[in-house]
Amino acid sequence: MASDTSTNVTTPTADAPNLLDAFPDKRQALEEYLDSLPLARAAGRKKGFLIQSLHRAQAIFGYLPEEVQVLVAKKLELHLSEVYGVISFYSFFTDKPVGKHKINVCTGTACFVRGADIILQEFARQLKISEGETSEDGMFSLGGLRCVGACSLAPVVMVNEDVEGNVEPPMVKKIIRRCMQEGE
Amino acid sequence: MNNTFTQIHTVKFQQPLHADVETNHNPAFEVRFEADGEIPVPQVVIWLGSGEEQHVVQGEQIRKGINNTYVATVPANLIPIGDHMLQVQGCRKLDLATAIEPDWVKTSKPLNIDTPSLTTQQLLARRFGKGPVRPTEAKPIPAMVRVTVNGQQVVVEPETTILEVTRQLGIRIPTLCHFKLDSFNVEHRMGSCRVCVVEVEDRHNLLPACCTPVVDGMKIKTNSLRAINARRTMLDLILSDHPKECLTCEANQSCELQNLAHEFGLHKVLYEGEQSTYAIDLANEAIVRNLDKCIMCRRCETACNEIQTVGILSGVRRGFEAVVAPTGEKSLADTKCVFCGQCVAACPVGALSANNRTYDVWTALNNPRKKVIVQTAPAVRAAFHEAFDKPAGSCSTGKLVSALRNLGFDHVFDTDFAADLTIMEEATEFIARLNKNENLPILTSCCPGWVKFFEHQFPELMYMPSTAKSPQQMFGAIAKSYYANKIGVNPEDLVVVSVMPCLAKKYEASRSEFAPGGIRDVDIVISTRELASMCKEAGIMYDSLPESDFDNPLGESSGAGVIFAASGGVLEAALRSASEWLTGETLANVDFEAVRGLSGIREATVTIGDTQVKAAVASGLGNARRLLEKIKAGDASYHAIEIMACPGGCINGGGQPFIHGDTRILEKRRAAIYAEDAHKPIRKSHENEYIKKLYEEFLGEPGSEKAHQLLHTHFQKRDNL
Repeated sequence: MASDTSTNVTTPTADAPNLLDAFPDKRQALEEYLDSLPLARAAGRKKGFLIQSLHRAQAIFGYLPEEVQVLVAKKLELHLSEVYGVISFYSFFTDKPVGKHKINVCTGTACFVRGADIILQEFARQLKISEGETSEDGMFSLGGLRCVGACSLAPVVMVNEDVEGNVEPPMVKKIIRRCMQEGE
Repeated sequence: MNNTFTQIHTVKFQQPLHADVETNHNPAFEVRFEADGEIPVPQVVIWLGSGEEQHVVQGEQIRKGINNTYVATVPANLIPIGDHMLQVQGCRKLDLATAIEPDWVKTSKPLNIDTPSLTTQQLLARRFGKGPVRPTEAKPIPAMVRVTVNGQQVVVEPETTILEVTRQLGIRIPTLCHFKLDSFNVEHRMGSCRVCVVEVEDRHNLLPACCTPVVDGMKIKTNSLRAINARRTMLDLILSDHPKECLTCEANQSCELQNLAHEFGLHKVLYEGEQSTYAIDLANEAIVRNLDKCIMCRRCETACNEIQTVGILSGVRRGFEAVVAPTGEKSLADTKCVFCGQCVAACPVGALSANNRTYDVWTALNNPRKKVIVQTAPAVRAAFHEAFDKPAGSCSTGKLVSALRNLGFDHVFDTDFAADLTIMEEATEFIARLNKNENLPILTSCCPGWVKFFEHQFPELMYMPSTAKSPQQMFGAIAKSYYANKIGVNPEDLVVVSVMPCLAKKYEASRSEFAPGGIRDVDIVISTRELASMCKEAGIMYDSLPESDFDNPLGESSGAGVIFAASGGVLEAALRSASEWLTGETLANVDFEAVRGLSGIREATVTIGDTQVKAAVASGLGNARRLLEKIKAGDASYHAIEIMACPGGCINGGGQPFIHGDTRILEKRRAAIYAEDAHKPIRKSHENEYIKKLYEEFLGEPGSEKAHQLLHTHFQKRDNL
């Protein structure tokens, strides 16, 4: 029989870098934002500020690691699990680091019919990552998303904030190359 | 206009009325009305839908008949399906007739027959809830609400749910996600499973009974074919993503989904397709999560987050991938879960279950080289028999002992003995702190769920809990030292099995500080439910079991040990001994009624000699948190506090036979425990002869060095994520 299986005794951790400690300015920005919320007047309804707080936190840090979730949960007096529940529900939020360039292939009906799955596969093949993953060098994240309202241009790929329409497999390489050049 | 009044009718249009140009068919219906005298400009107004649009019929469309009767022909091509209101100026008697297609129009009762003085605006306000804003008055006492259920009229409080009304009437509506604990004022009404839908007259959709409050005049039908078919479809859909392995499921025969499938006579799996699959989480000693079986009722979330405020579980992800999981979808072992097992007690299916150790017990019992002894916790005797379909309300102590002996345990002992020992140490510690007036209040620490809770969530108060081990661990420590030595058995060859009402006890026994030299003080912990299943497996017939007594020396106990099972019991037991030690006098009445009960937090002031001892009792970790926050904020101060993780104490432990939300069972278990205490010849721990002997022969005196070494423990700060 295993003895004490619980591994959560407090010990100084050296493994994963804590984003809040690594970027005190970002931490301060998030704390200032959370302190600016009219929480005192919203006693019992603090939950209502959760989504906007997560939006701001993700804008500041790029993603929502556990330490950031803990900070938000403490300020809004929520259980950490509730915060995680919301993050995992909305595809916009992510608790994993995202790449410098975000490639999102629309897999809505129109794009799908026009071969979005092939485009997605092509990106996955060339970037050597699967949907929902980030490349090891931190340059690219690949994801799927639902309709962006540009069905006439199907299949559509969102490259960071831009819409790329009528994408065909040969264009994938060009898109990746363009992003790399921008990065330089 | 004559001095007649306006009449308003609600009219329900059941079909669209369209003019058909090709056939020159222009449907219409007639409104016949009668006035007191001649109406100069007769007019019929139809208020559409919510009253924003109106359609006026006048002039040629209204014909005058004899004796001041009028017939208005309402061209219907502009009027959509739905509820509309018909207002006829100056009419006394209204007769609606459908001139062409009788099925099109249905009328309901007029609103204003007996209130001629109301203005049209007021009538509109009545119908649509609009109108001139009245000055705010003191909130009136809400009027009672009249509803009809299956033709039966009943008057109920406003805001009562349909489910509650039907339960009052003795009508059963099946439920699955709904969960209500009356004694603790907890109701989980997500309305997510839709198994409780009912039909309500004039409502287009079926409504979930568990979360729909009744309104005046509601006509409810609970058993219409439409409702029953919808429930059946919901069950079919739930089953489509639920494993059909009932035969080998932990929840077999106690599963609420299985019961419903049986009640609905579902004999075929209608929808087959992809099923969600997850890795089984069995990385901890206490609780197994098998989320393939999760039906997303989210009852466990209410148990964990609202009742216990531990905050581990939450619905994560969405759609087909949605599931209940801890943050980051970690294993429970890596969270601040306290393993109280209230989520297991709340789970209607087998998604959450106890980490079953019966096989280990069988193995030990059949190992000829091992001496196997067993201890049974106080609360087990109050519920064990329920697993054999016996009613709650008595203790099955004698039969429980026989059953354990039949299973083959070498000696059958009682955790109540160790509970008396806990009191010896804890009351001594309490008196020492009270005399020095330091480190007060003393908090009880026999509940491992509560211990882990404060280690995570209140590390700054870690000086408060008594350092005395729990009865389970004291029993183990004494068994592997004093008793092993006494019977001449090597501690490594002595197997200590615990039968507990609790899942956290499984975790407690696995804590490293309770395995000195790598030998665990308590080797195997099984729950009351697991013991019952072993008995059934062994063919033990409950009814034919004789009554028998525990073995000695670790089987004798006082009534004080028995009441550890109920919330308030540990404190009462400690007060019985502490007050006699402090005053040197015999207590006239050992019953401290003020600390007894199922309510979440109780306070009492007890006079001991010339000291007023302020005591508090909390059960349920949410209540414990509220009490501790008050102490931290300086809003309350006490000398002694008892805390139990499960609401009501160990009688409601996560390892007990399921109560399926019926808290009356807990009241009965509680009564049984106090009755057992009252019938004990010895009611105070320090009067237990075998306890006295243990100190004389082995430990010295309470609080001695040896007692500290064997019977006391320490706590450690843990992450609060």
